[in-house]
Amino acid sequence: MPRVVVDVMPKPEILDPQGKAVHGALPRLGFAGVSDVRQGKRFELTFEGEITAEILAEAEKMAETFLANTVIENFTVRVEETD
Amino acid sequence: MKIGVVTFPGTLDDVDAQRAVRIGGHEAVALWHGDHDLRGVDAVVLPGGFSYGDYLRCGAISRFSPVMVEVIEAAHKGMPVLGICNGFQILCESHLLPGALIRNDHRKFVCRDQRLRIENNRTAWTSAYEENAEITIVLKNGEGGFVADEPTLDRLEGEGRVVARYLEVNPNGSARDIAGITNERGNVVGLMPHPEHSVEELTGAGTDGVGFFTSFAVAAAEKVFA
Repeated sequence: MPRVVVDVMPKPEILDPQGKAVHGALPRLGFAGVSDVRQGKRFELTFEGEITAEILAEAEKMAETFLANTVIENFTVRVEETD
Repeated sequence: MKIGVVTFPGTLDDVDAQRAVRIGGHEAVALWHGDHDLRGVDAVVLPGGFSYGDYLRCGAISRFSPVMVEVIEAAHKGMPVLGICNGFQILCESHLLPGALIRNDHRKFVCRDQRLRIENNRTAWTSAYEENAEITIVLKNGEGGFVADEPTLDRLEGEGRVVARYLEVNPNGSARDIAGITNERGNVVGLMPHPEHSVEELTGAGTDGVGFFTSFAVAAAEKVFA
């Protein structure tokens, strides 16, 4: 069943304290060479039946109004095939 | 006057807010998040806490609750609305106020007696204060960093819509030390610190917060938000 995936990320100019905390932990765990970490959210939306253009448009609207706060976050919407 | 205090699942400070409303000389009316009804109140307080568990984003789910449909409509008509802490986050998510609140820049929860300057005493909620009054009230938040793009910040400053600014310490990384803002009309105010916890000597950091709950009467008398 295909599903719609919405990825939400803090805008580049917005401070991401969670990403900074993860970034700070990496060297302590022995992972070197990571110059930055940004943390976002991934939503997997499963629908009854196939993903039509209308459903994609609906998902876009969901992301715009609810899943992301466009004041501080960017989002992408795409269809992903699953096994 | 009747001032409604909304309780969402996860709200913490509704009882303190009701108490502050009564100390301010008004009748406190409990409002429930699931009701499409403001019970005839003259103003609304959205108190602090973790409504809907802060799931998704702070205030993101509360913003679409039935009572908020009514609050947003009433606010657009000029009803005074005060959002404290989580209430401020809800007002930003509702787009009644610009900007957003993100996790504190130092990543720790902060709880302190915070010094503030009341820079705009022309709102429905701050008219009891002298302009540029310096007050100390309780501050407690994990996601209190106010952010907005530069043009929005410039507009807020230019239009005198910064209601309160942090003094001495910026406790959460808020842009330009902003602790509270208002909308263009001055009826909607969002504030990160908690005036409702500073209304009695016994429990709070003094009583400097009382003004937020007596201003409403002053404003009503002077028809500030008519």
